Amino acid sequence: MKVAELIEKLNLTVFESGENMNRELTGGYASDLLSDVMGKTKPDMVWITLQSHVNIIAVASLKDLAAIIIVHGQVPPSEVIEKACAEGITLLGTESDTFLTAAKVYQCLFSDGTGTR
Amino acid sequence: MDLDYNIEGGDFTHAGEASSHLKKILKSLNLDSGLIRRTVVSMYEAEVNVVAHAWSGDIHVNIRPDQIHITITDSGPGIPDLELAMQKGYSTASPAVREMGFGAGMGLPNIKENSDFMDITSKPGSGTIMKIVNQIKR
Ligand SMILES: Nc1ncnc2c1ncn2[C@@H]1O[C@H](COP(=O)(O)OP(=O)(O)OP(=O)(O)O)[C@@H](O)[C@H]1O
Ligand SMILES: [Mg+2]
Repeated sequence: MKVAELIEKLNLTVFESGENMNRELTGGYASDLLSDVMGKTKPDMVWITLQSHVNIIAVASLKDLAAIIIVHGQVPPSEVIEKACAEGITLLGTESDTFLTAAKVYQCLFSDGTGTR
Repeated sequence: MDLDYNIEGGDFTHAGEASSHLKKILKSLNLDSGLIRRTVVSMYEAEVNVVAHAWSGDIHVNIRPDQIHITITDSGPGIPDLELAMQKGYSTASPAVREMGFGAGMGLPNIKENSDFMDITSKPGSGTIMKIVNQIKR
């Protein structure tokens, strides 16, 4: 599934569309610890987190992640959105929490039960 | 090719900018994307460690035909027990730093996993020198 399709299915807020709308998602990762994300994610994953400060953009960019979803309806500060724009990162949001968002992303990506991550 | 960066302790707003810059340079050299990721993950963790744990630092990157050498030298409290610091989960990060999602104690283990060679020399009370080397396979 492409990032753009996930946005539509989950009705996500787009803070910054970045350059990854047409990237094919390989999986997802949910964590609020930056070096956990640094160590464990694979390229083209979507990252679900409650962190909304500027350092999440560098993490997503360095790990070639497809998108970030910020949970709990938080709106990132304008400098975070500007940084996402500068780095081409797709920055999204949801009112929902991490558990439900991860469950929905899983359903979208691996609904046929073949999800391997 | 040589690249130099300065890091300011406590400056989380700019943490990771040196690593992001290095990534652009390595991409322009058409290196393997896996090697690029491993290299910038290592440098990022070392860069953030200076921001989180030290007072100031310098990064020197030397890109050779067959290897990428990164040396991060900081002035700071140093690391009194290297073996302990290398353990997954060990962290002395402050509560404020932890709230931002740093301080999982996974940075140094990440560097070990994402580099071909890593060496730390530290003088408690004065600073730390971290050397990272990644092999370029062509
Ligand atoms: N440059 C440094 N100067 C002084 N102490 C350091 C330095 N780098 C690491 N340390 C010490 O080693 C510990 C472990 O470092 P490590 O990077 O593994 O975890 P962390 O930085 O605490 O958390 P994380 O990297 O997961 O955000 C640190 O908490 C700190 O005590
Ligand atoms: Mg660290």
